[in-house]
Amino acid sequence: MNRLRLWLLAVGGAGLAALLVAACLDLPGFGGSRHPYGDRAVRAALSRHTANTIASVNFDQRAYDTLGEMSILFAAVLGCVVLLREARDEHRARPEPADVARPVRRYALLVLPVALVTGLYVIAHGQLSPGGGFQGGVVAATALHLLYLGADYHALERVRPLGVYETTDALAVSSYLVLGAAGILAGTAFLANTLLPYGTFNTLSSGGTVPLLNAAIGMEVASAVVVLLAHFLDQAVEIEEEHGRGTP
Amino acid sequence: MHVLPYPVAAYIFLTGCYGLATSRNLIHAVGCLAVCQSATYVLLLAVGYRDGGTAPVFSDMKPGSRPLVDPVVQALTLTDVVVGATVTALLLALVLQIAKRHGTVDPDELRELRG
Amino acid sequence: MHHLIPLLVAIPLLGAALLVATGRHLPRIAAELTGFVVSAGTAALALILLLNSAPPMVEWVGGWLPVDGESVGILVVGDGPALGMAALASLLTLAALAYSWRYFDEPPRDRTGSFTALMLVFQGAMCGFAVAGDLFNAFVFFELMSVVAYALTGYRIDEAKAVQGALTFGIVNSLGAYAMLMGIALLYARTGELAMAKIGRGLDAAAGPGGPDALVLASFVLVLTGLLVKAAAVPFHFWLPDAHAVAPTPVCMLLSGVMVELGAYGVWRVYGTVFAGPGGIPAADLTRALVTLGALTAVTGAVMCWYQRHIKRLLAYSTVAHTGLFLVGLGVLTPEGDDGVALYLLGHAGVKAALFACAGVLLDRFGSVDEHALHGRARGQLRATAVMFAVGGLGLAGLPPFGTALGKAITEEAVGGPFTVVYVAASAITAGAVLRVTARVFLGLGPRPGDAEYETSGSDEEPETSGPLRRIPDTMTIVPAVLLAAALAVGLAPGFGALVARSVNEAGSGGAHASAHWTLPGVLLGVASALLALALAGLAVSRPGWVAAPGWAAPLRRLQSGHVGDYVAWLLVGATVLGALALPGILGS
Repeated sequence: MNRLRLWLLAVGGAGLAALLVAACLDLPGFGGSRHPYGDRAVRAALSRHTANTIASVNFDQRAYDTLGEMSILFAAVLGCVVLLREARDEHRARPEPADVARPVRRYALLVLPVALVTGLYVIAHGQLSPGGGFQGGVVAATALHLLYLGADYHALERVRPLGVYETTDALAVSSYLVLGAAGILAGTAFLANTLLPYGTFNTLSSGGTVPLLNAAIGMEVASAVVVLLAHFLDQAVEIEEEHGRGTP
Repeated sequence: MHVLPYPVAAYIFLTGCYGLATSRNLIHAVGCLAVCQSATYVLLLAVGYRDGGTAPVFSDMKPGSRPLVDPVVQALTLTDVVVGATVTALLLALVLQIAKRHGTVDPDELRELRG
Repeated sequence: MHHLIPLLVAIPLLGAALLVATGRHLPRIAAELTGFVVSAGTAALALILLLNSAPPMVEWVGGWLPVDGESVGILVVGDGPALGMAALASLLTLAALAYSWRYFDEPPRDRTGSFTALMLVFQGAMCGFAVAGDLFNAFVFFELMSVVAYALTGYRIDEAKAVQGALTFGIVNSLGAYAMLMGIALLYARTGELAMAKIGRGLDAAAGPGGPDALVLASFVLVLTGLLVKAAAVPFHFWLPDAHAVAPTPVCMLLSGVMVELGAYGVWRVYGTVFAGPGGIPAADLTRALVTLGALTAVTGAVMCWYQRHIKRLLAYSTVAHTGLFLVGLGVLTPEGDDGVALYLLGHAGVKAALFACAGVLLDRFGSVDEHALHGRARGQLRATAVMFAVGGLGLAGLPPFGTALGKAITEEAVGGPFTVVYVAASAITAGAVLRVTARVFLGLGPRPGDAEYETSGSDEEPETSGPLRRIPDTMTIVPAVLLAAALAVGLAPGFGALVARSVNEAGSGGAHASAHWTLPGVLLGVASALLALALAGLAVSRPGWVAAPGWAAPLRRLQSGHVGDYVAWLLVGATVLGALALPGILGS
């Protein structure tokens, strides 16, 4: 180990540690009752008939943050697609069919529909109960990959036309942006939740545009995760270097 | 009134930094970066906690019946988690390409860019 | 009008999403044209908003207007500096897209639009960061900007150095961003707010008679660490040469021309809005911290720049040196300093992007950006590029009437005293290095220099274009010419300096106004820098032995070890140094 680096690490680490500990001692006590923004957010969520305050923060009060967050996911997927493309000295090989132990196969195929439905449920109830587009999207996307465990890569590829998922990802992003811009066209503001009635508290259609934005995010996350995993799996299973050496 | 949970976040952050600086494997380094990030989750959620508080979700609870934890930090943490996951994916894709182009993922052996 | 500000983010993102959705079926020309139109539209919107930014606009996204001064929404600001940075980012993206018109040989199969889409997302992210008035929102767009930049830096996956530089970039910048988020969490704990102005007021209200405490100091250090990593201040700068030297040329134009400067802009915005009050960090401490780090950055960048042979890496170090100068100018906290830096930054963006564009022509023609390997090879051809490279070098030195010269002169006057020497030296040395490259590569002057032991060579690069293009596309010549003309216009256009100064001072500087115009000492100093640069270049070419690397520069070069662990350790040291520099105000009050 490089001696200079250890010295730097010791000095920098000690300095930062002292600073952070001193700051922690000045923080308000753990569990304190002063949360001005949080209290306002709860009131605002109730005023717009959104039962899950966090969904209201994510898709209404601070929907613009979620726009950035969604774009990060979109950009990272696009980046991974570009970075994990076939290089000039690589080609695609047909994946070998794999032997799967029977209990694994049975369990995976049994759980698959359950996981898929759970994912969709979590997305749909985003504005009512804990969960939402991000969480449910990941569950739904993972469900599909049980096919890879239960059958083989070829089976997964058949239910996973990548082009469709990439397009869905992009269209979900577009619909979020268009819903945002509709606010400007309606004369209020970007991403303003004033287009739709707020509905009855604690029902699926409550919250104005919250369920729509939530659904767009659910679609985006589910397809983005599928595309992302597909490119990593391709690297592991399909893409080989020209000279016969397998990829690491 | 105590502040003990907060230094946990500081500890996690510095541990991650130590791991990053001394890492011998880039995959491990990306993992260490995720450790640094988890410090931010801990800090945010600790900041938003309220004694006796429950989740700010009213599907099965009357508004005003119980104290609530801060919903804003929870939303921030969710954003943070998504950011972390995507950055990790992108960095791992880069590590994969480094492994192919350089034949190693040991930062000690990657010394082309220097001076 | 203010309702349209968020569209600066939404339009490019929408363009990118549509490109990805249709990317499989679009011919390349259609994809690039779409990207160009969307980017141009955003730039036009940014300019229109900029023209309407007096008095400064604010917009509550989602229409959450404050009730009794309290809002749950996100604030975006539409003042001169914010919209100016957004316009600069948009115009440079437009230039980079025009430059890359015929640049890359084969876009990834089936995905013709992916490079263009990434560039559009980058544009949206930079605009979003520029107009952010909410600290967490600034973090989100900061991360978006970083994520796209990592992917774009590693775009040439066949190039071993590119993927390595991109990973270093990714790890160091992400760590900086997480430090910034820790700082935001501390500020939220203290004030319970996220909008920058509200946090500032919250800090003032919470500060007792003792003034700011350790929590304020820690949050200041953590937030600034993130921003200074982006701004590549010493000792957070190590990632920048590794990343900028390996990124595709059009991306370099954006990284060096505007992304790094956005870090400095962030420092200005965050200090002015969050920490400038009585509950924040005292002005003397900020000045001490920024001026010290800025001067160190300028000197380090200039010295390292001089000893490079990899042309893109040389330009990257010159960016480090110039950001150091910007930080010094911002650090003195005077309206003149802010105005000078704003003009300097605009001029520098044009000059630096043009220089990178010229380096891209060399890379296309000769498959190399190595000063030694290219010695004399471009003699007699590429005349236009040669002239532009030399003119760019002079612009970098701050030769009047370039915008860089106007900005530098005003900043020098604001900073005053011994720091004038730093300004003259840093700009002359970096420009001297560029002129030296011009003399050797385009004119073939002097003997061919020998190899040093500890350096990065620019040979054996994978070409970015499929073999040398039959002839250089006109766009690759026109774009740098336009950029240089723009840098000239910043200094020459009558009233432009005053306009910039007014809009900067309206947004910050405590309402004080300063004028921005040419002065005799400023012009003389600019000419002196340019002459010094020419002399240095002439000396280097004719007497290589006299300016060879002396012994004392070797340890400095050895610090740039290429090891990501070292850079992380330096980041921690940098945070500690920042804390130590700002500490006296906390102890003394």
